[in-house]
Amino acid sequence: MDKVINGKNISVTEEGFMTDFSQWDKSIGDAIAAENNISLTPRHWEVLNYIQTEYKNDVPLSIRKIGKSGVVDIKEFYVLFPVAPLKTATKIAGIPKPVSCI
Amino acid sequence: MKRIVILGAGTGGTMMAQHLSKELDKKSWSISIVDERKDHYYQPGFLFLPFDQYKPEDIVKPITDFIPKGVDFIHTSIEKIVPEAHEVILANGNTLMFDILIIATGSEIAPEETDGMKGEEWEKSVFTFYTFEGAKALRDKLKTWEGGKMVVHITEMPIKCPVAPLEFSFLADSFFKDKGMREKVEITYVTPLSGAFTKPKCTDALNYLLAEKNIKIETDFAIESVDNENKVIQDYGGKTIPFDLLVTVPTNMGSNAIERSGLGDDLNFVPTDKATLQSKKYPDIFVIGDATNVPTSKAGSVVHFEAEILTENILSYIKGHKLEEEFDGHANCFIETGGGKALLIDFNYDHEPVTGTFPIAGIGPLRLLKESRFNHFGKLAFKWVYWNMLLKARPIPFVSARMNLAGKNYN
Repeated sequence: MDKVINGKNISVTEEGFMTDFSQWDKSIGDAIAAENNISLTPRHWEVLNYIQTEYKNDVPLSIRKIGKSGVVDIKEFYVLFPVAPLKTATKIAGIPKPVSCI
Repeated sequence: MKRIVILGAGTGGTMMAQHLSKELDKKSWSISIVDERKDHYYQPGFLFLPFDQYKPEDIVKPITDFIPKGVDFIHTSIEKIVPEAHEVILANGNTLMFDILIIATGSEIAPEETDGMKGEEWEKSVFTFYTFEGAKALRDKLKTWEGGKMVVHITEMPIKCPVAPLEFSFLADSFFKDKGMREKVEITYVTPLSGAFTKPKCTDALNYLLAEKNIKIETDFAIESVDNENKVIQDYGGKTIPFDLLVTVPTNMGSNAIERSGLGDDLNFVPTDKATLQSKKYPDIFVIGDATNVPTSKAGSVVHFEAEILTENILSYIKGHKLEEEFDGHANCFIETGGGKALLIDFNYDHEPVTGTFPIAGIGPLRLLKESRFNHFGKLAFKWVYWNMLLKARPIPFVSARMNLAGKNYN
């Protein structure tokens, strides 16, 4: 389905995860963050950039992985993205949520 | 004489020994396989053991029953792989030189990665069925447990057989119903993911199962610690969940030998080309099964498909030909739903599980993503298939290594 984010038509899943990363830019990230009551700071962007790089390299993301990344520890990750941080951060980063096989 | 060394005689290593001993000329190639254990477990059986549906002796056989003639089984542990020197140092002091190395060292549980998990209550009220010993201990506990809050919990992804904890919850519901004590047990399924089902078609087709079986769900739960004294699990966000019986899937990690060799990622899984199964760093090292970091399920069916493709690729490598980028992430799994029924799913890197017919398009006889008794018999029959066909690298009729799109309802 399509959703208007920041004035653009963006392809998303029913839960609002983007399905085409090429449509993502920082202003889209800001708009999705605002929908989740988060105002992005440079610290947020460091984490989001890390998440996007890992995704591009096909590395599965987990809370532990992010905690060990050297970019942010788990406590701060929860401070930056308080509700379901991994899900919220991946949504803002424009990449699919972490999934299982079914 | 050239030398192939296989590390690990589990599902993947054993299948590779079988395939390669059939394909390679024994006058020019020697094959060795190293494992520290003597027993080969039918790991899907760990799911049934706690409910006393399989006996321990049903799911264990000697490793050597499945090592083909002419392959040298070395019973010792691995100290270190030294890729630059093309050698493996063994715990018994010997060194094995290799022309081709196959890493099949699998994944293991690492409860010590979570604060308090392996504490006072370990195997008293905190259990796992991800090992043979753990599944047996849980069986003994369930024999006398009088009920209360059962929490089925996944620590973090990736785990071996990602649906097993969900199957465990379904089978637990049936088990307590059969014992006439279901009303005394509250079952809660706790996952770090956003739901029990995370793929759209599966969510649509299967969400009814949780309500039907009265299983509560807690999502997005990233465990920080197990509080042994108060019997609660706590997540990093401050949420707590009380338990009387915690059945957890601890963090899964690759072998310590991979860490000692500096070959793994932060979970000791080996960075592997997802289409060729060659190590991303060393061309003479190949990786199969749970030991890889490829983005598909860690499951026996995946290993079976990988083994066929890896065999072709090793033969190409020996001839100096380019490796075919053939592996598509294919997995095929029966999922127990309790009450003598099961589901079947078939998927790969690019295609999520959907409804349809399997293995013959339009005919079946199996139905995908639908509960049936027939699928349950399929799952039970699979134990025989595993011991008698899979481990001996005999092809399964109509089931190809690459996933077939025909017979599946993608739209």
